[in-house]
Amino acid sequence: MSEYDVINTRAARLDAPDKATGRAKYIDDMRMPGMLFGALLQSPLPHARILSMDTSGAKRLTGVKAVVTAEDAGMTRYGVSPARYDENLFCKDKVRYVGDEIAAVAAVDLETALEAVSLIKVEYEELPAVFTPEEAMAEGAPLIHEGFSRNLCAEVHQEFGDVEAAFKECALIRTDTFRNKRQDAAFLEPNGCLADFDHSGHLTLYTSTQVPHYVQRTVSMVLGLPLGKVRVVKPYVGGGFGPKAAANPMELAASLLSMKTGKPVKMNYEREHVFLFSRARHQFTHVLTTGVKKDGSLMALKNECYLEGGAYASFGIATVYYAGSLLGAPYKLPNMKYDGYRVYTNRPACGAQRGHGGVAARAAWEQQLDAIAEELGMDPIDLRLKNMMSAGDVTCNDLNMSSLGMKECLEAVRDASNWKEKKGRMPKGKGIGMACGFFVSGAGYPIYRSETYHSTVTMKLSEDGGTAHVYTGAAEIGQGSDTTIAMIAAEALGVPLSDISLSSGDTEFGVDLGAYSSRQTLMTGHAAKMAAEDVKQQVLAVLSETLQVPVAEMDVKRGRIVFKNGKPDFEVIRARYKKEHRGWRDQPSGDDLTFREAARMAYLAKGTIVGTGKYKPEKLGGRFKGAAVGTSPAYGCSAQVVQVSVDMETGKVTVDRMTDAHDCGFAINRTSVEAQMEGSLSMGLGEAMFEEVKFDGKGRILNANLGEYKIATSLDMPPVDTIIVESNEPNGPFGAKEVGEGAIMPTIPAILNAVYDATGVRIWELPLSPERVYLALKKKKNKR
Amino acid sequence: MKRLIRLTVNEKDYEIAVRPNQTLADLIREEIGLTGTKKGCEVGECGTCTVILDGKPVNSCLVLAAQADGRTVLTIEGLETDEGLHPIQQAFVDKGAIQCGFCTPGMILSAKNLLDRNPGADEKEIRTAISGNLCRCTGYQKIVEAIASVKDPGSPS
Repeated sequence: MSEYDVINTRAARLDAPDKATGRAKYIDDMRMPGMLFGALLQSPLPHARILSMDTSGAKRLTGVKAVVTAEDAGMTRYGVSPARYDENLFCKDKVRYVGDEIAAVAAVDLETALEAVSLIKVEYEELPAVFTPEEAMAEGAPLIHEGFSRNLCAEVHQEFGDVEAAFKECALIRTDTFRNKRQDAAFLEPNGCLADFDHSGHLTLYTSTQVPHYVQRTVSMVLGLPLGKVRVVKPYVGGGFGPKAAANPMELAASLLSMKTGKPVKMNYEREHVFLFSRARHQFTHVLTTGVKKDGSLMALKNECYLEGGAYASFGIATVYYAGSLLGAPYKLPNMKYDGYRVYTNRPACGAQRGHGGVAARAAWEQQLDAIAEELGMDPIDLRLKNMMSAGDVTCNDLNMSSLGMKECLEAVRDASNWKEKKGRMPKGKGIGMACGFFVSGAGYPIYRSETYHSTVTMKLSEDGGTAHVYTGAAEIGQGSDTTIAMIAAEALGVPLSDISLSSGDTEFGVDLGAYSSRQTLMTGHAAKMAAEDVKQQVLAVLSETLQVPVAEMDVKRGRIVFKNGKPDFEVIRARYKKEHRGWRDQPSGDDLTFREAARMAYLAKGTIVGTGKYKPEKLGGRFKGAAVGTSPAYGCSAQVVQVSVDMETGKVTVDRMTDAHDCGFAINRTSVEAQMEGSLSMGLGEAMFEEVKFDGKGRILNANLGEYKIATSLDMPPVDTIIVESNEPNGPFGAKEVGEGAIMPTIPAILNAVYDATGVRIWELPLSPERVYLALKKKKNKR
Repeated sequence: MKRLIRLTVNEKDYEIAVRPNQTLADLIREEIGLTGTKKGCEVGECGTCTVILDGKPVNSCLVLAAQADGRTVLTIEGLETDEGLHPIQQAFVDKGAIQCGFCTPGMILSAKNLLDRNPGADEKEIRTAISGNLCRCTGYQKIVEAIASVKDPGSPS
């Protein structure tokens, strides 16, 4: 018997029926009378000066209502990290990548807008372009941004302990280089927005975003509108995964066009634009040197990483820090040195994508640990267990593992996959591999320096007492946060889930930093719990007065008032309720006083009952530069075992089975936790196996479509066994912490390690295309 | 110049003037106002625009509206009945097969077409039938489980 009534169950998602029936409205489903359609002019060149621009042809075209450029937008810089605001809405002096935004048009229909864009004449002076970190950092390379010599967008140098001294005590030291490829987040719903600037000077921006709050701030700042005159509303979103976690130029352009025309303006990215916009996973090149003692104890890690960043910083400052900090756990590692370099290139800007800067680093290190285990003659799982941190341990870079079910996850996948029977006994061409990982449960600090709460939630009871309205700025982007927050609210208040009516994703509902860094269950959950408890206390306080029972002797459970020391006579309350609701057929009845009746009483006594909740983490992390990135009130962790088959003739890899265990602290909705694990695994599998954004020599994307940028289909994903581990996180609401991003961490290295087990060949570059694997097999054969 | 076509969508007859380059997807979404059919790529690679055209699942972004003249279309909105959700829709809800929901309408229609033809489809057949419907959220796991769980797929169309 669970002590909980609502949470830890498999409640059906609140948004599922609307999504199953086509009722759910996404941004492109929205229409407004008089709506105009916007289109962007984007640079066809990777690096060029803008010598002149003539928009007169566009303005003259029948049906065009406005053309805007940098003249109209101004040059207020924006971006993600205030320390690196390096974007302007429209380029004025130069363009920095194929796709850089130069102007926008609003017209009566999309065809006219696109034709108008083609009539804007721009004279460019092409500049030499750089496409790789090596080219960009070379002597004499063209500067993409003034003041950033060698095109270094950001540099990180951190050392914890003394790595060189530690290496001297190591029996085995190993260095490996690993490289992933640029990814695209490939959410099925392209970005889109609808900006509506009304006659009172108030802007409502509907947009497919993960972060209404950050978008609101950026729009206000860039377009010079007071924050109170900007409202951002998120409809249903068809996936985010990171690139939708910041304001984009389309949102700003549509808003500006609406301000100019006084009409609503709709803009969409087509699929190709999604690729051009990117803000997805960087390419990382990691050089890792790890030293261990003879018994397998981890002593030191030296990590040097180059990130190919694209033309703007976006989330990249956080990314380059995460590429170092997220190797601090889950193993006891006393000495760690990290040198990270994020380099500007004339390509679409990279940003944050599921697992952020930790995914490539984890892939590199977990394969290296596998190799180290083999050299020491240890089972790779035993090597992990030997070095495992425990709950309460703190990493060398000051990350506190307040709960850590890593050992439980590892043992769970080891047993569920029959690792002991299979490891070392599989036929040639078949292999089994494992890996671990961990991730933040919400970034410890907001993106802009501030004392702001990370989440605020309001709960308002309907006057008849039958419904608790919950208002949150949190962003349901498919991960299930609406249902999870509603479940937490219901549990904390003591009512069934069906009595909660949740509204979300609107900046009018309060500050919530949004869906990124895997934060909403923990942070918004805390605020929702607090708001519900506030409401409960208010209602019980009124009830206490009337019934002359102390509040401490009452509780609310399953929509009924529970009296610890005998039920008082509440007939008067019931009689009045029934009288006030004469004619209703669902009058309260039964032996228990219902919450509904008590809530009605509270309204009559005090007016509208409103409760508020708020959350921000305590001050976290060390005192060193960049300490903030990696801090979190809690960390989710996971282990995975993967089985593969490799065709030794062609190099084709097939993933046969995946077994994953994730410690989410406490599963608020068990189905949703499994679902996020399964989705994470499919994104990791895609990156390991097929995904790669390809460019030609002129900075143009070659495969800007879903036919040639291959994400996993139903035929690529094997059946997945998911195991939920619950370590009861003390800093999480009801013990809950994240699952949304952490689950991806072990996926790529588990596949790589399985491929090694099947073939005897280690692949240190993604993706595992048949060519790459075939050539590696051939090279190994020729060595003999 | 527009051309007048007649078609049946979700058992309702329509007479609509269409542009020569207008797609069936845009016809359904803009002219008829049924926005459950989605546009994820507009070049027939993602499957979010899947509808059933004369009993066959098609990417409606690759069908010209004019090609639908005289034909029958089933969209996601045509699945539920007065009794409630179609069994496949209910299975998706019950099994947690819906996350962001953007692939869901196309996915459900592909599933419906499969189960109409092959009610006892096994896992391989299910995965093949939905292989043209991309999903980035679910890893397909609960989608396959949902489709496999449907015992009575209702009447074919």
